[in-house]
Amino acid sequence: MTQLALERNQAPAATVMRALTLELGDELFAIEATSVREIQDIVPVTEVPNAQAFVSGLINVRGRVVPLADLRVKFGMDRPPPDADTRIVVFEITLDEEPVIVGILADRVHTVTDIDLSEVEQPPNIGMRWRPEFVRGIAKHEGKFVIIPNLGPIFSGNVSQSKEPETEVLN
Amino acid sequence: MTQTDPAEIFRLEAQDVLEQLEQTLLDLGETLDDHDLIDSAFRALHTIKGSGAMFGFTEVASFVHEFETAFDRVRKGDAAPSNDLVSVSLDAKDHIALLIAEPAVHADAGGPILDRLRAIVGADASKIQPSEHEFVAADILPNNSIDTSEGWNVRFSLPEDGLSLGANPVLLLQELRDLGTCTVSASSKSIPNLEKLDPEICYLSWDVTLLGDCTQEAIEEVFMFVRDGMDLEIRPLPPKAEEVVDNIDYTPSEVVEEKVEPGNSKSDSQSGPSRGSSSLRVAAERLDELLDHVGELVIAQARLSQISYDSRDSSLMGVTEEIERLSAGLRDITMGIRMIPIGTLFNRFRRLVHDLSSDLGKNVEFATTGEQTELDKTVIESLADPLVHIIRNSIDHGLESPQDRVAAGKKEQGTVRLSAAHEGAEVAISVSDDGAGLNTDHIRRKAEEMGLISPDALMSENELHRMIFHPGFSTAQEITSVSGRGVGMDVVSRTMDALRGRIDVTSRPNIGTTVTLRLPLTLAIIDGMLVRVGSNRYSIPLSAVEECVELPAEVAENTSGRNFLSIRGELVPFLRLRELFGTKEPEELHQKVVIVSAGEQRMGLVVDQILGNTQTVIKSLSRLHADIETFAGATIMGDGAVALILDIVQLMRSAQKLENRLRDENKGQAA
Repeated sequence: MTQLALERNQAPAATVMRALTLELGDELFAIEATSVREIQDIVPVTEVPNAQAFVSGLINVRGRVVPLADLRVKFGMDRPPPDADTRIVVFEITLDEEPVIVGILADRVHTVTDIDLSEVEQPPNIGMRWRPEFVRGIAKHEGKFVIIPNLGPIFSGNVSQSKEPETEVLN
Repeated sequence: MTQTDPAEIFRLEAQDVLEQLEQTLLDLGETLDDHDLIDSAFRALHTIKGSGAMFGFTEVASFVHEFETAFDRVRKGDAAPSNDLVSVSLDAKDHIALLIAEPAVHADAGGPILDRLRAIVGADASKIQPSEHEFVAADILPNNSIDTSEGWNVRFSLPEDGLSLGANPVLLLQELRDLGTCTVSASSKSIPNLEKLDPEICYLSWDVTLLGDCTQEAIEEVFMFVRDGMDLEIRPLPPKAEEVVDNIDYTPSEVVEEKVEPGNSKSDSQSGPSRGSSSLRVAAERLDELLDHVGELVIAQARLSQISYDSRDSSLMGVTEEIERLSAGLRDITMGIRMIPIGTLFNRFRRLVHDLSSDLGKNVEFATTGEQTELDKTVIESLADPLVHIIRNSIDHGLESPQDRVAAGKKEQGTVRLSAAHEGAEVAISVSDDGAGLNTDHIRRKAEEMGLISPDALMSENELHRMIFHPGFSTAQEITSVSGRGVGMDVVSRTMDALRGRIDVTSRPNIGTTVTLRLPLTLAIIDGMLVRVGSNRYSIPLSAVEECVELPAEVAENTSGRNFLSIRGELVPFLRLRELFGTKEPEELHQKVVIVSAGEQRMGLVVDQILGNTQTVIKSLSRLHADIETFAGATIMGDGAVALILDIVQLMRSAQKLENRLRDENKGQAA
């Protein structure tokens, strides 16, 4: 924590984002590290009947019942069953001004790294398979593209409207 | 040790006393010549004044002083109690509450109230000093700041930890001596024998006869810093003839014991600060924290049971059973602590009814039953708002005007009855009035106007009654200050959803309307029946379960047509949870039916297996699953996995919808 604070002092917070990088399908994603609470091995998942595929499960995180989301649904990716590299990333997001703890499946978790925000580019309007509001930006990190997902719209779309036709089709 | 602001203690206590005062005044409004009530009101005022002055609330003290004086006059028969007096006193009570909250802001607003008081009681009330002759038994309130006496008898003993906390009896006695001539005698009665004697504990108690013209407040000031936990008794010296006081009278702690009875407005006791031994004020958050921990304990214990059962180690199983018993006990006690009688809530509405009936010019009798019914404190708190709306509605829309009532051949005085009772694992709270009843034609017209129902929709009377809970629905012709905006009933309905409760409305023309709120007893930990559907496990609240039967083979095969089961000659509809949940795993050969009930309705739930009973700690689902209605929450089971808790009422609703749809489809085919 103090180390993080120190680094923040050295470099203005606006230019660098400390992020956790993880793999979903073939893509690399980055999630702001400060919101991450823990990374878990895969645990038994309780299926919620009639819930959407995006948040179809519940898990037990230290005695707390936490919804388990699968971002791959929102990004229209294949969803192979969990393997030895699969992890659950538990983090906190704010929905309608209330903090909510959620878990997401990650095919593989890489590392915590600093992403230079000055090199982040807006998602292109053309040539992207994903809904633009789900992507905050695309960064280049160690020669690879890293997607920074826009978690707010991804999750809050679920609170108000219950159906997402295009992802439904992809399933 | 927690640091408490003395002024905060005063605020809390004053709140209790004010509530008690309000009840007393409202009682007095009904029976004007009840002397006990006048005495009680006087004592409450007296307490507020005394302790207000003590804690530096001078505005409160001086305002209350005149009221106290007025009630003293009434008490002595110098002035007659009247409804005007009650009404001005109620206003004064509100003003006192404001004064206590923000003394500086509201200090000037008291003048008009006092003017009204003077006009009612006559004479300049402030000139008459209250006297202090009427003290009840031994539980004298240590707060009559004005009252003086020839002398005082002070008895005190320090709490066990008094010395270690820095109290010094020698200094206390010295300070008392400064107030007047003292005769001090120490009692060594409670000193134990040498082996048991703890040198850090003060076993002595003192009896001081103080001769001199000083106030009780002055004596209390001496003990100000050691007051917590100590026994202190200050009484004016009795007249010579009664000077010998039998020791048996001195059982202060027993006297205090009686004080905690809620609603016991006839005793002046609740105001006494010396309640230490019998009841304890605990911050609500601490209780919530305790409950959280008990919840975690119950979950951990379930895991332990599972592990010990798998291990087959008999000594481990022994200990586990012991822990199981203890945690169940702890759970019950914790839940018990959170239960408070609903009477505390009911009392608040008396004022509401009183004010409403005078505002609307309706003569309303307010009756309550079942005040002793206990409910979880969070439930009681969240019920306050809905009940206010229902009661307002009953008085404003339900009850007719006195003229109309007489014309309809009814008593001029309308009745609103508030009652609470346990019904199985539910609590039913109902508000009934003897008014005109709901006008179903009117409701229907309005609902059609608002486009809520189509003009040709077939609706049962009950369904029409339920329309009043629709947001924005109001049949009132005009919006009054009391109701008519169509917001209130919507609040009721949403609160009940949040509490997992339900609302029943029954209404008969010209006889009256009853709105009943049914709530689960507790919101935190329940007993549940664990069942399996496919590979998932679900918990059914045990309180809803009536019985379990096997699904007869011939019914199981017939998956299309009738979904009814004959239970001892009665037809019970059933719902296949596999279908509802879209379970893909192959079904069990012998499926079971769990018969559940909610209110008067019964329904069967077809499951693959019944796994047994568990303690279920309810965890609410996150907002991400807010759209899923069939589950009341989730719980964590012994093996650490999550199980969903079925919401029986919602399941019944969805079963009914399904049934209606099927019926409509059949009708459509027939036509």
